[in-house]
Order: sequence, then structure tokens, then C-alpha cells
Amino acid sequence: MGTVKKKGVLGDLKESLIQKIFQTSGLLAIIVLLGIFALLLYTAIPAFREVSLKEFLTSTRWDPTSPEKPEFGLLSMLASTIMVTIGALLIAFPVGVAVAAYLSDVASPRVREIVKPVVELLAAIPSVVVGFIGITLVGPMIAKIFNLSHGLTALNGSLLLAIMALPTIISISEDSLNAVPISFVEASLALGANRWQTLVRVKVPAALSGIIASLMLGMGRAIGETMTVLMATGNARAFPQGFLQSARTLTANIAIELGEVPYYTTHYYALFAIGLVLFIMTFFVNLTADVILEKQKRKLQ
Amino acid sequence: MKKITALIGLLALLLVASLGLTSPASAQKKMIQIKGSDTMVNLVQILAEEYMAKKPGAAIAVLGGGSGTGITAIINGTTDLANHSREWKPKELDLAYEKGVRPRIFAIAVDALSIIVNEKNPIETLTMAQVGSIFRGEIKNWKVLGGPDQKISLYGRQSNSGTYSFLQEHVLNNKNYSPDVKEMNGNAQIIEAVVQDLAGIGYVGVGYLYDESGKLRKGLKVLKIKKDESAPEYSPLDKEAVYSAKYAISRPLYQCTNGKPSAAVADFIRFELSPEGQAIVEKEGFFKIGKDLMEQNEKNLR
Repeated sequence: MGTVKKKGVLGDLKESLIQKIFQTSGLLAIIVLLGIFALLLYTAIPAFREVSLKEFLTSTRWDPTSPEKPEFGLLSMLASTIMVTIGALLIAFPVGVAVAAYLSDVASPRVREIVKPVVELLAAIPSVVVGFIGITLVGPMIAKIFNLSHGLTALNGSLLLAIMALPTIISISEDSLNAVPISFVEASLALGANRWQTLVRVKVPAALSGIIASLMLGMGRAIGETMTVLMATGNARAFPQGFLQSARTLTANIAIELGEVPYYTTHYYALFAIGLVLFIMTFFVNLTADVILEKQKRKLQ
Repeated sequence: MKKITALIGLLALLLVASLGLTSPASAQKKMIQIKGSDTMVNLVQILAEEYMAKKPGAAIAVLGGGSGTGITAIINGTTDLANHSREWKPKELDLAYEKGVRPRIFAIAVDALSIIVNEKNPIETLTMAQVGSIFRGEIKNWKVLGGPDQKISLYGRQSNSGTYSFLQEHVLNNKNYSPDVKEMNGNAQIIEAVVQDLAGIGYVGVGYLYDESGKLRKGLKVLKIKKDESAPEYSPLDKEAVYSAKYAISRPLYQCTNGKPSAAVADFIRFELSPEGQAIVEKEGFFKIGKDLMEQNEKNLR
């Protein structure tokens, strides 16, 4: 009896210990997130001793080393980021959802077994390699098709980012299509709908929030991507006039300038302020995606 | 379990390795760190290789990043020697003095800043003022200059580049660059872009115009430059013109240390300034330094 009781105590101890460990790991993630936010905020705020918030958010000129007058406006780069991202999603979203629908409804299990890992492998290509493809292959192709003198354009960036956002969109869309209860499908088929009608009118609407979440997560990926756009879009500072012009995204700007900037100067702090803007953007995009996914889970239960 | 132990072991190894790479302790092995100008990185790398071949036991690591990066590294104490293709800015000097850093500057070579276009471009010559207008974005079409009716496609360096600053100061008259300049990551990328872009124009250090076998890069045209409308034109490839300062946009290439260079660093600088070192400078497409600068260097070495 005694020994059994002893084991029980030990077991309890072990259990609570493990619970504590998991709890700390969970808390740690939150602490790290808050820490990054606090650090960004702390390093970004001194920028506004010399730069007005209004100039930072509304000016289109960014030229911190100008001998005439240093300027710290992020609007052109913000517009470039948004443009390149939206362009990428316009390409990646329809393709991604179509592939997801194919994988979940049309493909035979064998095909799926091959295609799905290949799609996921796409996510494993280092961004610098994608950028290289942009310089040597996609860019010159764009130049040829649109009769431009060079291909270092926003469109180049969008195309490459589309490739990089595809795995996220495909894999989450497919998961949510698969999560639609089989009874929905059976009911639809029993009512005489064919497979296309079932897919488009029953499965996709039921999985819609998951599909939208995949779009948001793909967007988060595209906003934050740095190396590829840095290599592929030419990085001109002008306000982007269209997809066939060069563009400089927020991330590329930080990557270009942070390595060389003298520490603890307005320019240095301003780069962190851009980082803060990026952080807030991706945070809200990801948060929205999470909320939508959570909703879908509840709806289908 | 074995896998996990192996993984932890590997991580530990990586950690130790990365610490070893970054810790100043490894600098004690007389490893000289050189950082800065992208224009100078190939030249200094070759000088370092020749030097190491002559002096076994010497170890030199040369990194690029741009003149601003090199100067920042001297200010922050993260390099022994900085390469820079422009002079120190007053702001940087203030920052250095504030931190107790006393830069000593050596001129090791002379560069002729070259303006390049695609070889199919019919333009041969530009004045300094025209180059300035082009990069300020005032002249937007090749037609204005007598070329084809095509929008000028500008290529340049990032703001940390000494070449960027030098051109801005001496050719753009301290005015802003056009926001349409595409900012490339170094001289080599500008050359690649201009070779592909029929409407492209860019600026690079003269040493980058040659390939490994010492031949002029294919697909490029190096423009001749006139000081003003009435002055004769000169090419940066014309040695005599550069040495007699007739080519308008030439500049010294510098290295700097914090305070008096250590014995090891001074020895390397002496090698660069020796006739042997200066011969390498010429072989790499750059130009030897003149008497005045050499005397200045001697003073700074002592």
C-alpha cells in the first residue's frame, strides 16, 4: 500500500512539473513577442525627436543622407510593399485555391501523395535563390514581354512572392477543404448535385473562412519577405507608378540601410520605426487570420 | 535519444564555432580585419593575398559592405583597418572623436570613377554637368543628349557607398539623386545591369571595368568625360589623363586605422605602398598614388 501511495505522489509531482514546463514555454513565446515589440518601440521613438510623425507617415521622400535636407517619409515604400504584396496575392490566391481544390477533391490519393510534398518543398527554397531566379530568368522575361529596357520591376517581385506564398495558401486551403464534414458532401450529392456543384456551392463556402485565413497568412509571408524583393525589384526610391516600375519595399529598405547606418542617429532610429510599422502590419494580418481560422473550427464542430 | 544528443552536440559545436568567429580573442592570432569600400574590396583582397604569400603566418580577412560600413566599423571598433573611397564626413569625425577614436588615413591607390552605358548606346562623351543632370533626374531621355528616344534607366549604389557620396559631392553638386535610381548591391551588379539594359547608365570604380584576364568587360561602353563644354574629353582608361588629373572624376582610395597602426597593420600598409604593392594596384586597373599623398602616408605611419 505504502509503495503505491509513494508512486502516486511522485507521479503527481512529475505531472505538475511537466505541466509547469509546458506552461513556461507557452509564456516564453508571449514574453519574446512582447519583448520584441517593446524593443522596437523603445528604439523607434527617438526618431520622432527630429522627424515629425506627420512627415514620417505622409511624405513620399526617403533620403536620410541627402546633403540638401535629410528626409524620412515612408509612404513610397509603404505603397511599394502593399503593391508588391497585392500583386503577389492576385496571382497566388486563385492558383493556390484551385490547386487546393484539385488536391482535396479531384486528385487520386497517389497523385496527392506526390503533389503535396512537392508543394511543401516549394516553401523550402531559400529566398535568396528565388531572388536569383528573379534576376536571371523572370526579370529578363518581363523586360522582353513588356518591351522594357530592364525587368527589375514591382511585377518581378510580385511574381516571385506569389511563388513563395503558394505553399501556405495551398496547404491551409486544402486542410480546411478537407475539414468540411463528409456529411455535407453526402447530403449535397444525395440531392442530385454533381461534384463540381458540390465543390463550388457546398465545400468552398463551408471552408471559406479557412481559405481566407490562408490568404491572410500568405499576405503575412509576402509583406515580410526581404531578400527576394531586394534582389528583384530594383529598389528605386520613387513612389511606385505601376507594376512595370521599380519599387523599394519597407523590408528591402531596412536590409539595404541598417548594415551601414551609424548607430544611435536619427537615421538608425527611423529604420527601427519602419520595423515597427512592419511588425504592426504583419501582426494584424496574422491576428486576423487566426481569428478567422478559430471561427471556422467552431462553425464546423 | 541518440539523435537528440547528436543534435544538441551539433548545436553546441555551432555555438562554440560562432563564438570563436566573433570573439576578439581570435584577433590575437594577428588576424587583421579589413572592412569597407566595395570598390576597393577586390584590390585589397589581392594585395592581402600577395602579402600573405610573402609573409607566412600573417592572416588578413577583407570584407566589403561600402565605405560607410568601413568607417562605421572603425568608429565602433569592430575592424582593424577600414577601406573607404570617399573622405570622412564631419558628422563621422565628430562621432569618432566623441568615442575617443582618432582616425589615421592612408591613400593607397587612385580610382578614376567611370560612367558606363550599354555598348549599343551611341553616346560617346558627356560633360560633368550632363552626368550630374542625368543622375539628379533632370535629363530623363537619351534623345536630349542626341541618343535614341528612350527613357534613361539609372543604376547606382546605396547610400553607404563611398562612390555614391563622391559622385553626389563632386558631380551632382551636393544635390539629391533622382528617386528613380535603382540601387544595386555593389559595382559588379551595376555592370551586370548595364550590360543587359540598352537604356542603362551607371557609375563604377575603374578596376571593375576589367575581367579576370585583364580585358575590358564585354557589352559595356566607358564614356569619355569633359570637365565642361569647351574642355577636351578624356577616358578613365587613359592612364596619362588620370595621372595628369585631366580626367575629371578621379579620387584617392583610402584606408584608415584608429590611432597609430599596430606593427602588423603598419607592415601591411607599407607593403601596399611599396613599388611591389603599387604595381599590383596598376595591374588591377587602378592608379598609383602621387608624391604628395605618399609623403602624407609616411607621416601617418610614424
